[in-house]
Amino acid sequence: MSTFGWPEFLFLLRSAGWSIVLTVIALAFGAVGGGAFAIMRLANNAVLRTIAAIYILVIQSIPVLMILFMAYYGLSIAGVEIPPLLAASVSLSIYVSAYLAEIWRGSIQAVPPQQWEASASLALTRPQQYRYIILPQALRISLPPTVGFLVQLVKNTSIVSVVGFVELSRAGQLVNNATFRPFEVFMVVAAIYFAICFPLSRLSRYLERVLHVGRSH
Amino acid sequence: MEFSLHFASVFAESDLIIRGILLTIGLSFSAILLGSGLAILLVASRNLGNTFVRVCVDAYVELLRNTPFLIQLFMIFFGLPLLGVRMSGTQAALLAMTLNLSAYATEIIRAGVDSIHKSQIEAGLSLALSRTQVFRYVVLKPAIAKVWPSLSSQFVLMLLASSICSFISVPELSGAAAIVEQRTFRSFETYIVVTLSYLALALVLKLILIWLGHRLFHRKVVSILSTASKEGIA
Repeated sequence: MSTFGWPEFLFLLRSAGWSIVLTVIALAFGAVGGGAFAIMRLANNAVLRTIAAIYILVIQSIPVLMILFMAYYGLSIAGVEIPPLLAASVSLSIYVSAYLAEIWRGSIQAVPPQQWEASASLALTRPQQYRYIILPQALRISLPPTVGFLVQLVKNTSIVSVVGFVELSRAGQLVNNATFRPFEVFMVVAAIYFAICFPLSRLSRYLERVLHVGRSH
Repeated sequence: MEFSLHFASVFAESDLIIRGILLTIGLSFSAILLGSGLAILLVASRNLGNTFVRVCVDAYVELLRNTPFLIQLFMIFFGLPLLGVRMSGTQAALLAMTLNLSAYATEIIRAGVDSIHKSQIEAGLSLALSRTQVFRYVVLKPAIAKVWPSLSSQFVLMLLASSICSFISVPELSGAAAIVEQRTFRSFETYIVVTLSYLALALVLKLILIWLGHRLFHRKVVSILSTASKEGIA
């Protein structure tokens, strides 16, 4: 039985790096999907609108853990061994896309409708309206809730430890198995998560305050 | 390679899955009731107590909201026995879910309480109600009514997060899935069935919460497609 010392602590810190890598990957791919579904959700075409609404409803109604297993075993059907990082990235991206789609739909709808009317009267096409008028304003509105959601994403990366990917939570389990000092180990793991998430939570609240001031006039 | 889905062997284990569903419902229902009750107590003491109480409640909320549910579960399940508190996986799961939900619900209900207009409270005080009575009879219900949609999605997220309890071998729906998978070697089929079960559970819970909001707070009945969440839980 080994003790919980510097090498173990550094191992946890390195694994926290993998949690952040996963967060960034999921955010990047999830943002693309989320943006697409947000705009689909607001499309004039009722079929597109319904497809996006159902996608969001379904993904938000199943646990991330199940998305992970479905991705892991679903992709394995092709007969190839799936690297845990791939399964983790795919499933977290799907999860992120459904939540960001909803956050961003709300942000786009929060842009005053007069902005749509005014830009339409200038003969802008719908893509032009989005590109030059709506999205720049929606981006400001969406920033605080998006950063807030980032906190949830960082925490949810802990779930992918189940397919054997060594991020912070898995590293904590490994160190605990070797040292059997659950309190110290998981306290440190929790502290590292807290050190990542708490500043993001505060940033989200700060952005809410400063951006709201700018918007009220 | 040819691959076809075989559900028969998975359905042969359906009593395990049904027991898992029942445990998931039981855990989620209890955690929602206990967590909400605890949250109301925390909001009340934050509102009526002194600065020290307020700082403690805020610290509790921030600590739980900024660490993963999984790690909270591990601390309770692996950590507490070292302090002499022995509990089964299911008890640890219920405790972790209750504490986790209470922190989120406290934050949500607090926002509702903050949105109650000061004149309401002044009117209550001028009727010689004590501050506790004002909180109980004037503030609490409209506050919860106002934040009911956020609270509802938090409840659904808790139901989904209960799947994480399978990490400590609680035989709720996900835990049952792991057992069925080991017995049948039909991983993908097992998880299709279990995922659909979660989907059904979450949709039914959403409908119940919409109906409750209508009955208790006279909220408009909305389409389930418009109940999407802007939060997430871990």
